[in-house]
Amino acid sequence: MRKLIQFGSLPSATATAAVPGHDSAIGHVTGQAAYIDDLPGPKGMHHLAVGLSPHSSARVLHMDLSEVRRQPGVIDVITAADIPGHNEVGAVYPGDPLLAEKEVRYAGQMVFAVVADTLYNARCAVAHARIDYHLQTPALDPAASIRAGLTVLPEHIHERPLPAPALDRGAAMSDDTQTSGNVDKALQRAPHVLEGEQFIGGQEHFYLEGQIAQAEALDDNGLRVLTSSQHPSEVQKLVAEVLAMPLHAIVAEVRRMGGGFGGKESQAAALGAMAALAVHRNGCAVRFRLPRADDMQATGKRHPFHNRYRVGFDDTGRLTGADITLIGNCGHSPDLSEGVVDRAMFHADNAYYLGDARVTGHRAMTHTASNTAFRGFGGPQGMMPIEGAMDDIARTLGLDPLDVRKRNLYDEAHCETHYGQHIDQPLIGELIETLEASSDYRTRRREITAFNAKSPVIRKGLALTPVKFGISFTARHLNQAGALLMIYTDGSVLINHGGTEMGQGLHTKVCQVVAKELGIAHHRVRISATRTDKVPNTSPTAASSGADLNAMAARNAAITLRERLVDFAAGWRGLPREQLTLEADGLSAGETRIEWSELIQQAYLGRVSLSATGHYATPEIYYDRKTGRGRPFFYYAWGAAVSEVHMDTLTGEYRVARVDILHDVGDSLNPAIDRGQIEGGFVQGMGWLTTEELRWDAEGHLLTTGPATYKIPACGDAPRDFRVALLEGHPNSQATIYRSKAVGEPPLMLAISVWSALRDAIASLADDHTSPRLDTPATPERVLMACRAIREAHAHDAPSTRKEMTHALSEK
Amino acid sequence: MVMTSGYHGESTMLTLTFNGHPRQLDNIPAQTTALALLRDRFATCGTKEGCASGDCGACTIAIGTRDDAGHLHYHGANACILPAHQLQGCHVVTVEGLAHGDGLHPVQQAMVDHHGSQCGFCTPGIVMSLFCLDHERRHHGLDSPPDDDTIDAALGGNLCRCTGYRAIRDAARAMHALPSPVSDDTVDIAPAARSTTDGFYRPESRRELITLLSQHPQARLIAGGTDLMLEHTLALKPLPELIDLSSVAELKHIKEEKSGWWIGAGVTYHQLTSLLAEHYPAFHTLLERLGSQQIRHRATLAGNLANASPIGDTPPILLALGARLRINGIRGAREVFIDDFFTGYRRTVLTEGEYLDAIYLPRLRNGEQLLAWKLSKRRDDDISAVMLALRTVIGEDGRLHEVRVACGGMAETSQRARHVEAALEGQVLDDEVLNDACNALAEDFSPIDDVRASRDYRLAGAAGLLARACHRLTSRHDAIPMTLEEV
Ligand SMILES: Cc1cc2nc3c(=O)[nH]c(=O)nc-3n(C[C@H](O)[C@H](O)[C@H](O)COP(=O)(O)OP(=O)(O)OC[C@H]3O[C@@H](n4cnc5c(N)ncnc54)[C@H](O)[C@@H]3O)c2cc1C
Ligand code: FES
Ligand code: FES
Repeated sequence: MRKLIQFGSLPSATATAAVPGHDSAIGHVTGQAAYIDDLPGPKGMHHLAVGLSPHSSARVLHMDLSEVRRQPGVIDVITAADIPGHNEVGAVYPGDPLLAEKEVRYAGQMVFAVVADTLYNARCAVAHARIDYHLQTPALDPAASIRAGLTVLPEHIHERPLPAPALDRGAAMSDDTQTSGNVDKALQRAPHVLEGEQFIGGQEHFYLEGQIAQAEALDDNGLRVLTSSQHPSEVQKLVAEVLAMPLHAIVAEVRRMGGGFGGKESQAAALGAMAALAVHRNGCAVRFRLPRADDMQATGKRHPFHNRYRVGFDDTGRLTGADITLIGNCGHSPDLSEGVVDRAMFHADNAYYLGDARVTGHRAMTHTASNTAFRGFGGPQGMMPIEGAMDDIARTLGLDPLDVRKRNLYDEAHCETHYGQHIDQPLIGELIETLEASSDYRTRRREITAFNAKSPVIRKGLALTPVKFGISFTARHLNQAGALLMIYTDGSVLINHGGTEMGQGLHTKVCQVVAKELGIAHHRVRISATRTDKVPNTSPTAASSGADLNAMAARNAAITLRERLVDFAAGWRGLPREQLTLEADGLSAGETRIEWSELIQQAYLGRVSLSATGHYATPEIYYDRKTGRGRPFFYYAWGAAVSEVHMDTLTGEYRVARVDILHDVGDSLNPAIDRGQIEGGFVQGMGWLTTEELRWDAEGHLLTTGPATYKIPACGDAPRDFRVALLEGHPNSQATIYRSKAVGEPPLMLAISVWSALRDAIASLADDHTSPRLDTPATPERVLMACRAIREAHAHDAPSTRKEMTHALSEK
Repeated sequence: MVMTSGYHGESTMLTLTFNGHPRQLDNIPAQTTALALLRDRFATCGTKEGCASGDCGACTIAIGTRDDAGHLHYHGANACILPAHQLQGCHVVTVEGLAHGDGLHPVQQAMVDHHGSQCGFCTPGIVMSLFCLDHERRHHGLDSPPDDDTIDAALGGNLCRCTGYRAIRDAARAMHALPSPVSDDTVDIAPAARSTTDGFYRPESRRELITLLSQHPQARLIAGGTDLMLEHTLALKPLPELIDLSSVAELKHIKEEKSGWWIGAGVTYHQLTSLLAEHYPAFHTLLERLGSQQIRHRATLAGNLANASPIGDTPPILLALGARLRINGIRGAREVFIDDFFTGYRRTVLTEGEYLDAIYLPRLRNGEQLLAWKLSKRRDDDISAVMLALRTVIGEDGRLHEVRVACGGMAETSQRARHVEAALEGQVLDDEVLNDACNALAEDFSPIDDVRASRDYRLAGAAGLLARACHRLTSRHDAIPMTLEEV
């Protein structure tokens, strides 16, 4: 028999604080945590760079890459013709070739690849390509694309009540201005109706670690791909398809990402496939890292949206009907746009009962990078019209926007969404009451009104906005996960699962769950890279579902092993099975204690299998696309934020002075990690709505290709007074992992309060009776222009007000 | 080991101390960045590349030099755009060099305790920026948490996409309370080696500089490199020959005269801080928003002028102040007035074989006021969309005199706004005068739409800044805030 390791050789109870921090925290702060570009490359590794299309829409006439081949260090130049399998890396629908063939469909599209000894040489060589293009007129305006019938997928409609007779909705609704149905009647009957339009900008993910993959050949005709991807199974599958190889020959592996945010859900696959293709052709290992500017041009972003809304309401501000049209700018191909626009539609109500409602979603094609998943997945863009409308209604009626919001919240009496899902835990009313009090909303509202009345240049704004976010993938089959749990003879435990770690603390949470189920200290559980040869057929780590799915799968695996160990112990010691529990690093049965390590060694000697898989599938969810009804979400997460902004009406500059957040995570798995998600999501959402501006020129070239021109929030932008609390005492009504709730995406939308507060500050220039249009991102430029517009309009309405308050020196 | 820099020019000896250990290297091409040196040559990959343009801070390292008393002082720098050769004779500390054995450095421990990392990719850079702050504060015996302004200034050049910064700020406030790290005052710093070969030239005197200028007409001048190096790291341009101004002794001085100061071309923004704080508060406030601490520790005023970007922050101020410039070179020295320096888009009067030697800042006389602000999308570490500077003196008669107004971002160079000046000169400020001045902006400038701002915003924003300036000049010190800082 092999010698077993002695008891006690594991570090005992070090760093076993009640709530563990991020599993890689020490690696992060010491620089030991390695990302793909940090790994020593295998011997002879080469580097890959890509040639990007300089045009947004063109036919490729002729490619001369002979000069590229002759550049120093170059060993290979690859075009679409060199792909042995499918030239396709689309996530759901086709339309995303790995390399462009006969046509290019956006500026920044990958056209050819160069493999060289150094990244610098590969990048320099790219510039020597001579490619003739025949230019075509690009489609760049999503609204114009919809008018011209240019879409990536058909439109989709939610309507309540269902139009009768339930005819073929596709045909009936193909004209989105048609006026039949109850919604239109409701709007006709409404005491007040108002409408609005808004342009909601996209967002670059700006994960700090750019896209990267590294591939190498294995000695058995297999291929190993290290990828910075939220979806290693998809990398595996697409590599296999591009190379015409079976899936079992490919291993995709992710240890950690330097941020993902949705940008590495579908977009990472192209890098893996390209690196694998280069390995396949050249034998040597190949690393493919996109430099920042290439990354920003080549990969998709958050969808910009063009939204229109018409709402009917009574004198108290209660909604009686809503007609909301959402046009998502999908870019050149479908990618994940089906789900993104669906989710926008599912969130058009945000936390409000809309009354009779119609929500129409369009998927416009434009000649830009194919827009993709980004934290919230369309939800944020979909919420913007109704949040805009709440402010508009309040200004029309002369009410505080908070009162209008509160009047329309889902509650026990109004708890069915416009797509027919019953809301069984409408926590938002209570949550807002609590936050309103803890943030001192009413007092501050009075103070701000008084301040604004006396302040000609600086204005303050305040807003409280809610979030309701549906948790589950809307593609039903993705709601499953697997895990592999192994116990070694020294009692140390290794868990693998299908989720990937991008900073969100998923691995930490999964380890916590395993430790808890096995009754052992956290430090005994170790997690390693996510690998497709350990847990197969996994879903992307996305839709906030990472912990919901994978921790459940891990828990199921742990329960299997726990039961096995208990069975074994009962037989071994002849103890009554029902009295046995695993706790405090061992087995207890009344007075009897068996230390964990001893139990494991005995189990091993007793020939008990010490590994198990676990699987989990979310119950109860379904959605019927035909009728636009169902229960797409297992449950909802709730939250609300109060933001106060200070704004300079001379320049449009502003500061977010104070933010109060109350957020629902059910029973938190890890409050420190959840708080980090809430704060990070909020600031990222704030960036989306304020300073992060994507700009293209008239030919469709992205102009903001780096952090010098694309400005994500810096430390000084984050609110200094930032009060975040978790809603207590409301475990998830659904049987999720320990009654917790997902937390990755929902907090992003709390930042809508910043946008709403800016509108509030601007509206103060017109005595709060006019609702300013404020497209996003609300850069200082847009804010200043909105200030000027509202002042001009107001000066017309109220001639007594000085027109050029901007210059009113004497008013001080 | 694979080098990411492909140019194989002649070699230079490079001597430095890396995390306490002496290193001697040769065969480092002139254009090699410190980041390539660390990651490719030393194979220490804790220091990350997030952008290669100085904007994200993931590559932040600490550069240590000794003061006269023998104490080490560190400043943060962006390794991605720092020429490796500028590390000559320095102590380079990276994230790998902080922990001793199992014991984390207090900065690292505070980051762990406060959950300051999520994905961790920004973390090494954040840790190094906080290390510089912590080191300096301990040196000065400050045993209290840094205030919000100090923290934001220290971290202004470090982007984090994950955390929302609160946890990092908490770590910054907590680090002082942890026990002092092992002192590094005993570290032996290898002295700079004299450059022996071609490629990266480090003249130590004006005379050597001028000789090099005549010997190497193709070589580019480099001071902080915060503009120049981006040509290599982003545009992939080879920079085979560089003449480094930062080592020239005579250029490192600020020389005070009766009516002003000569600022040598090697003086960094950071070294200007106390002078500006005392004598030109508006310039000082603006400087706090120029780039980041990493940039300000390397970049120079002269580099900003020589670069002649229409959106540089300092040219409008120097135009408003009426600065003079000393130009030197192979054909001797000359002086030009700042008004005559810029000749077009990114062009100046500097000719081949010439360099900008020093900048003369005239002292503000009694009653003279300098006001300056920039507008940008983001407050910190962002390039101006619009920049406006105004200098004037209000006479006994209550009228504005000697008005000089200049703008950046409004034309192909930074420029005086002569019509605005005329509208203000000799006037008592009132609404009408201000309106005239604002209208005059459109006569002075016809700005363009670009990625940073539209033409309309540039004009409207400049008018807003002009109005702010006028409010300031007529301020009656009442309680009503006129800027966000005053709220
Ligand atoms: C992240 C980042 C943020 C920035 N933010 C700002 C900002 O907010 N505002 C702003 O104005 N700028 C900003 N810059 C630009 C840059 O930092 C400044 O222009 C800086 O002053 C340049 O100085 P330097 O010493 O680094 O110049 P270098 O890069 O060394 O040189 C710039 C150019 O001038 C030439 N040159 C340098 N010195 C001389 C000399 N004495 N005589 C003749 N030619 C010379 C060089 O050959 C080169 O062409 C930023 C840059 C970065 C990377
Ligand atoms: S890598 Fe971004 S600043 Fe250096
Ligand atoms: S922790 Fe991910 S960027 Fe800061």
